[in-house]
Amino acid sequence: MSLLEVKSVRFSYDDEREILKDVSFDADHNNIISILGPNGTGKTTLLKCICNIHRPTAGEIYIDGTDILSLSSRELAKRVAYVPQKTYTSRITVFDSILIGRRPHIEWATTQKDVEIAWSIIESLGLSDLSLKYVDEISGGEFQKVQIGRAITQEPKLLILDEPSNNLDIANQHITMRMINHVVREHGLCTIMTMHDINLATYYSDKFLFIKDGEMIAYGGKEVINPEIIQSVYGIEVDVLDYNGQPLVVPKKDQPQYDGLVPAGIGGYSD
Amino acid sequence: MEKSGIEKFKEHNRKKLLVLIVLALAIIIVSLIVLYINADLNSFSNLFNILFNKNDPSNDNLDRILVWDLGIPRILSAILAGFALGIAGAVMQCVLKNPLGSPYTLGVSNAAAFGASIGIVILGGGIITGQSGVTITINNPYIVAISAFIWSMVATGIIILLVKVTKVSPETMVLAGVALSSIFSAGISFLQYMYNEYALSTIVFWQFGSMGKATWEELALIFIITLIVILYFLYNRLDYNALDVGDDVASSLGVNVNRLRLVSLFAAALLTAIIVSFMGIVAFIGLLGPHIVRRLIGNDHRYLLPGSMFMGALILLVSDCIGQNLMDFTLPVGIITSFLGGPLFLYLLIRGYRKKKIDIRKLISSRGGSK
Repeated sequence: MSLLEVKSVRFSYDDEREILKDVSFDADHNNIISILGPNGTGKTTLLKCICNIHRPTAGEIYIDGTDILSLSSRELAKRVAYVPQKTYTSRITVFDSILIGRRPHIEWATTQKDVEIAWSIIESLGLSDLSLKYVDEISGGEFQKVQIGRAITQEPKLLILDEPSNNLDIANQHITMRMINHVVREHGLCTIMTMHDINLATYYSDKFLFIKDGEMIAYGGKEVINPEIIQSVYGIEVDVLDYNGQPLVVPKKDQPQYDGLVPAGIGGYSD
Repeated sequence: MEKSGIEKFKEHNRKKLLVLIVLALAIIIVSLIVLYINADLNSFSNLFNILFNKNDPSNDNLDRILVWDLGIPRILSAILAGFALGIAGAVMQCVLKNPLGSPYTLGVSNAAAFGASIGIVILGGGIITGQSGVTITINNPYIVAISAFIWSMVATGIIILLVKVTKVSPETMVLAGVALSSIFSAGISFLQYMYNEYALSTIVFWQFGSMGKATWEELALIFIITLIVILYFLYNRLDYNALDVGDDVASSLGVNVNRLRLVSLFAAALLTAIIVSFMGIVAFIGLLGPHIVRRLIGNDHRYLLPGSMFMGALILLVSDCIGQNLMDFTLPVGIITSFLGGPLFLYLLIRGYRKKKIDIRKLISSRGGSK
């Protein structure tokens, strides 16, 4: 029995357009799984279904053999932690922010044990010096660490991350990914995250799930990082090179799709 | 030896607790001073004697009445209203994700005042005697309170609908509040017009607020309702912290976000209604209290909620005392709190606007840089 079993999950907001069409996969402890696919293809929706923020219109999701719908929200929160792409800063300290993760375990008030768990995670993430700073005063990379720290403080078995490297520069991307790698191995977690950057994903993940228009295209280890699958998902021709045993995805120079298209971000933004 | 991180954290929390204790002590001290000033006593020992030896024959009978029948109910009114409006403001700001949210700025207060007026004038909840001076006696506080509550729920319902359906910005939400306030003010004016002879004092009373109306029995009712709602809010203090991070995070932490938001707004409306029913509209306490406390000890609701209550009570006590003694006649407390709250409100609007501008700049530069 796997830690997470996703069985034929479908989802739609209304009955007209299906966002997820029959997605099934298993995941186990000590595994980092990247969900890859174009924008607006249902990646975040799939994550939200696993957290029971969205309820699938069909199919089942099991954690440790238990249907997540049969768990109370508090019990589910003890098993699954979620870091969305967009979170808000508020004027509370890093320590308090991480302590929020204890919420599913707290009956009436925070105990000494909760504080100790939070502190051990603050230390392991190297946030000790910042622990009494307000989260609206720290940098984006540090804030992302706090978010992940809060999720680990939940003591989940499954860690769900939506674009953890988004809006970070290349150094912070790798610092964050290395930290995720470290905590996953240390706590034996299973991590499922959506990623945009295939190369960053291959660098740090064990398995890859490709989704296009809500349909699962491929799921597997590094063998699924191949030009055919990537072209069928993203519609772009690539070469997959071997770089010290790592697959490295490089777009081909002559892309028929580029005709007359101006990539986003070129051109004027004005105030 | 250097302190461990946990000890530093606890020390940090003790400082916040100290702020709360200081505020609570300030309420007690200010209450005594206000009581002393308002009853026009000779000395503090005189006041203490009346307070703790009520039936001592050496006390002047008039002083005893001034303290026990006028002074103390007035102070308890201010404290209860400050507690209720302060915490209602803090909770509304959290669940609506809107720093400008408060019972007054979102039109809930005006709606409650309209409901209270209807309760008194149309539903027969009050007797208005118009011959010698104008006095209103609320002979059925329940009808007045229920009517105030129903109408404040109407305003709250409209705000909830706006949030659900249109995802309005904080500023737009306040504009909607202004619109709602105008509608309900017009409703009050309409009642004034229709019941012209008697209703004038009702209007003045409800639109400017007064701490001097509630009787001991009414205070008991206000106390019970306020206590229940405050306990509910305090019980959920950690959930409000989770909600501050975002709805999705709160849900993934096991918080029933929709229920928390709806019940909290409902409870905040109930608090507003009960205060407005007996004391009229006291503007901006729900905005002033929480924002001053946020400055002092941050947004952690474990400290913010009690802090907002205490600060609300303190502001109201002082404002009421100023209103009582500044001029030869009594100024309604709502006027004083508006003078204090209006500038803060403007400041928050300007700061929100500037912050948004900075956010847009950041977004542009980060996009430009990554491509």
